[in-house]
Amino acid sequence: MALDIPAGITKALELIFTGDPELYGVVYRSLLFSGIAVILATLWGTPIAMLISLREFRGKNLVKTFFTSLIGIPTVVLGLVLFLAFSNGGPLGFLGLLFTPGGIIIGEAILVTPIIISIAASAIEAVDPDIMNLAKTLGASESQASVAVLKEAVNGVLLSNVASFNRAIAELGVALLVGGNVAGLTDVLTTAISRYTARAEISFAIALGILLMVLVFLINLIVLLARKTKMFVTMWRSP
Amino acid sequence: MQIWQKLLITATLATTIVIAGTFTYFNYFAKRRLIIATTTSLYDTGLLDQIERNYEATHPVDINIISLGTGATIQVAENGDADIVLVHSPSLELNFLEQGWGVNRKIVAYNFFTIVGPENDPAGIKGKTANDALKAIVAYGESLDDQSGVTKIWVSRGDNSGTHTKEKNLWTAAGYNFNETSKEPWYASVDSGMGGTLNVASQKNAYTLSDIGTFLKFSKEGSISSVALLTEEKSLLNVYSVMAVNQTPPHTNTTYQINYADSMDFIKYLVSAETQQFITEFGKADYDQSLFIGAVQPLKDNAPQPVVQWIKDTAFFDGAECPPQYRNEYPELYT
Repeated sequence: MALDIPAGITKALELIFTGDPELYGVVYRSLLFSGIAVILATLWGTPIAMLISLREFRGKNLVKTFFTSLIGIPTVVLGLVLFLAFSNGGPLGFLGLLFTPGGIIIGEAILVTPIIISIAASAIEAVDPDIMNLAKTLGASESQASVAVLKEAVNGVLLSNVASFNRAIAELGVALLVGGNVAGLTDVLTTAISRYTARAEISFAIALGILLMVLVFLINLIVLLARKTKMFVTMWRSP
Repeated sequence: MQIWQKLLITATLATTIVIAGTFTYFNYFAKRRLIIATTTSLYDTGLLDQIERNYEATHPVDINIISLGTGATIQVAENGDADIVLVHSPSLELNFLEQGWGVNRKIVAYNFFTIVGPENDPAGIKGKTANDALKAIVAYGESLDDQSGVTKIWVSRGDNSGTHTKEKNLWTAAGYNFNETSKEPWYASVDSGMGGTLNVASQKNAYTLSDIGTFLKFSKEGSISSVALLTEEKSLLNVYSVMAVNQTPPHTNTTYQINYADSMDFIKYLVSAETQQFITEFGKADYDQSLFIGAVQPLKDNAPQPVVQWIKDTAFFDGAECPPQYRNEYPELYT
């Protein structure tokens, strides 16, 4: 019996449209883990980006280069490092994070932090420095002035979030090594595709592949739309 | 207050809230956790999924299955990251017990390895013994016109799994030096699970060693076109055992957070008459033969022969499935 790809695709579409609970459980976990990871990374990444971009200090360029180069870190390397750290025999074993959703979320948050910092810092730097000065002249404190700058850079920060989400949902290394690909607990779109292929359940793998592509496509559509909106907002603001 | 202090405090607070929220959310649903590290063959056939479902239906425990090769499985257990290991490599198991990483070994099931290959069988191994089959494959490999390393006729797991260990033993038994054989131009190592290896072998029209369970599943799904070429014999016996991970490995100062009580309950469940029957029946309707055969009753009855004698010869240590010094409580397992 040969591999029947058309039948596999038909079965895959059937799974997608009948709303197979196992299939959508995987999609739900993918969205949830990546979503929380991005929120976490934004929470600790944006303040760092503001500090880097709004303050002058020695080695500023070095710090920026450092974060920019970390964007390309291979996910398996980070996965390996975290696997060793979170292991019961490792330095952070007491946290009990290995093979748990929490472990994947923390791992993916660390993975996308450089993206948040780099893109957000560039966006904040691109804001006209006069806005900061103007706000201060009008009697704003330094933190109020910073918030004013952040408001101007909000599109850049949003873009960094979307790019991070994109990276988190499509990565395999961290989810596989730290999550362990436990069915129904830590399996996400990418790891589940790998598992179902290894188990010769091809239609399931195809269905997950289609859904992952749809999600990534939607995310990029949002980025495009966001850029357009920014254009409209700028046009509307200009007198 | 400086701006960076405010930023730091806000960020820390928000981060803490999100992390705490996430953990509360997941712990709310959490039951007692039992982590099983297992070999790919038991997992990829779907047998463990079924056993997990049956067990969870009657026990307030959440079983998490981590599927790896036997070598990696044992490594995970030695790090204290799994509660139970389910593997099929007696030599690695003995080492695991001797070093005190695991206790209470029970032989759970068996089946046979086979060499699978292209249907036209260019090396002519069909019906031969494993020894002669490997010799025929080497002869065929050496007779190839292409010795540049592009044409591969043997695909190896290469991942230190139970199947990989068995492959090494078979090469040695056939009189080859495995380190040299594995460097031959026709020999490919793929560092992959059983499923991935079967896929490669089928695509390349090459031979490979596989457990019969995974092979039958892939064959039926139509993913591969290879056929099984060898019949059951002693050197191809494949014995699956379960061990609980030791909470206090003797030569480390650490005490691992192992769910020992639930581990032992699950082991008792695995060797119960009901589950043993379930293992033997699993897949019979779909594949016209058992993928795995429960080993507990055969060992008790000392039948069928010669298979039971083969199990005792290859998978017993000092004449027992688990010598007394490697047991910890639960004497009822060994009556």
